[in-house]
Amino acid sequence: MFLKQILAGDRGGQTLLALLAVITVLVPILNLAVPEGSPLHLSTYTLTLTGKYLTYALLAVAVDLVWGYLGILSLGHAAFFALGGYAMGMYLMRQIGDRGVYGNPDLPDFMVFLDWQELPWFWYGFDQFWFAALMVMLVPGLVAFAFGWFAFRSRVTGVYLSIITQALTYALMLAFFRNEMGFGGNNGLTDFKEILGFNLQADTTRVALFVASAVALGLGYVACRAIVTSRLGRVSLAIRDAEARTRFIGYRVEHVKLAIFTFSAVLAGIAGALYVPQVGIINPGEFSPLNSIELVIWVAVGGRATLYGAVVGAILVNYAKTTFTGIMPEAWLFALGGLFVVVTLFLPRGVTGLLRRKEASA
Amino acid sequence: MNLFQDTLSMPREVMRRDRVFDFMIPADNPRLDISHNTILYLEDVSVSFDGFKAINDLNLYIDAGELRCIIGPNGAGKTTMMDIITGKTRPDTGTVYFGQRIDLLTLSEPEIANQGIGRKFQKPTVFENQSVLCNLELSMAGDKRVWPTFTARLSGEQRDRIGEVLESIGLTTERDLRAGALSHGQKQWLEIGMLLMQNPKLLLVDEPVAGMTHQEMDRTAELLRSLAGERSVVVVEHDMDFVRSIANRVTVLHQGSVLAEGSMEQVQNDPRVVEVYLGGDAC
Repeated sequence: MFLKQILAGDRGGQTLLALLAVITVLVPILNLAVPEGSPLHLSTYTLTLTGKYLTYALLAVAVDLVWGYLGILSLGHAAFFALGGYAMGMYLMRQIGDRGVYGNPDLPDFMVFLDWQELPWFWYGFDQFWFAALMVMLVPGLVAFAFGWFAFRSRVTGVYLSIITQALTYALMLAFFRNEMGFGGNNGLTDFKEILGFNLQADTTRVALFVASAVALGLGYVACRAIVTSRLGRVSLAIRDAEARTRFIGYRVEHVKLAIFTFSAVLAGIAGALYVPQVGIINPGEFSPLNSIELVIWVAVGGRATLYGAVVGAILVNYAKTTFTGIMPEAWLFALGGLFVVVTLFLPRGVTGLLRRKEASA
Repeated sequence: MNLFQDTLSMPREVMRRDRVFDFMIPADNPRLDISHNTILYLEDVSVSFDGFKAINDLNLYIDAGELRCIIGPNGAGKTTMMDIITGKTRPDTGTVYFGQRIDLLTLSEPEIANQGIGRKFQKPTVFENQSVLCNLELSMAGDKRVWPTFTARLSGEQRDRIGEVLESIGLTTERDLRAGALSHGQKQWLEIGMLLMQNPKLLLVDEPVAGMTHQEMDRTAELLRSLAGERSVVVVEHDMDFVRSIANRVTVLHQGSVLAEGSMEQVQNDPRVVEVYLGGDAC
């Protein structure tokens, strides 16, 4: 009932959720039940790659929520993704236990290497999954809340806000590069063994992570859609189009922005937490400003203010990236830049805009 | 002994049970009080931008239920005055009261809006990407905090209210149209409708007929006249014919303060007004 209500008139969303439901059933079967030699067999490599795309898609949905519907061009959303990823990475580090290279049961390898004697306080609790899961949402959420509190209250908007978000992610990158921070310096966190007691290399665990990513994307989509179709969603459109007007009819613009921005950061954090166990590493490179910009390109390519367009864009661009960097690594950035120019000039409503135009004319 | 008593008297004072601490008293949120029949008081208000005095010792009183027109040459401070009333600009000196008790200088823009002051901008600003209906729904008076907004649904009563407003601004057949697709005049009416949805006690209307055809002007005049009475309406306008057609009382601003006030005829015959303003209009 609730689903029907919020997905009414959202053709793309209905298709997306149906597809997600199909692959969560089909992919485990194709990978686990179909024998390796069969042409229908899905390799674990492809499975993990697709799982990674799904986490990117969730991240793109989070960006579309603030950019497409609220008009905040965040060029620092990868930071929240990485923070969520680090929280998960810390849990996975603690799970290694005494199986590390140095065999220290309490300290992760990089701390032993740095000659630290005891665990820093901010690593406490990360041996518990529930605590790590909480931090996955709490840390990006709090950073976004604190950042948004100051930025929105001082009415920083437009390109200035974008520049500050870039600075935020850049500052975090520099901080996480430092060994003294206690997050593994430029090597980051890696060499993970297991999650909740399951071997990370096992096919079944991979499948479970894939399914978790698909479910998270589905739920995240529904949550964003619920916001967008509510009156709050219409207020955010109003803020995007005429901020002063919205203020004069009595809405506290900065509170609306803060709430949605924080929610979006939490979604990005969850995406990051699902990303890390699938790729097996998190390092400060994830905070790189370039990542956040790429992420905005995904959304632009897919089509702003549609939510499902963000999913399409994220998967399309990343698939292209995987293919391109395999063939000609040095050409990728040019291709990406070219793509952005082409989309901005000829497809202002993105790839999904093409479909919608057909629909409208039909 | 004395010292002992002194030291004891402080906690005793703090612990007294017949008293409530200041910080425990909820912020005073007085209801609009117009028992003296004046809804807006601006007294000795001055504001300057980089040394230029946009408003200079302005005194202005608006009665409850009246329709007041404010005219004046460009740069007379009309829009700045609106900015001060709605909280966009803070004056350097002076007091601004809404009714007897609400000090507007301590409130933010949304708070002022929720107290019952609606403002129409010079350029029509409606939410172009949303339907006429949504525009009105968003402006409806009610709890505008984040969570209540998220869970809000339109009740039947509220639908009726929107219907009434649609009727009075003459946009009933356009209710599902995108606001961006409306004509210039219709946008102006929609914006007035949005103000009405807020149930304001005081409407500030900045140049409502700029760019309108004559028929549209007549309808707007009718609309504004029908709004006054139940609420006060302040109209800033350049178009003299329009002002003549609606106003009982006219205030002339010049260089940030009131030059003359009275009926249109009195004002027109005031030699000072003729000199600074109407003089240009006469030829």
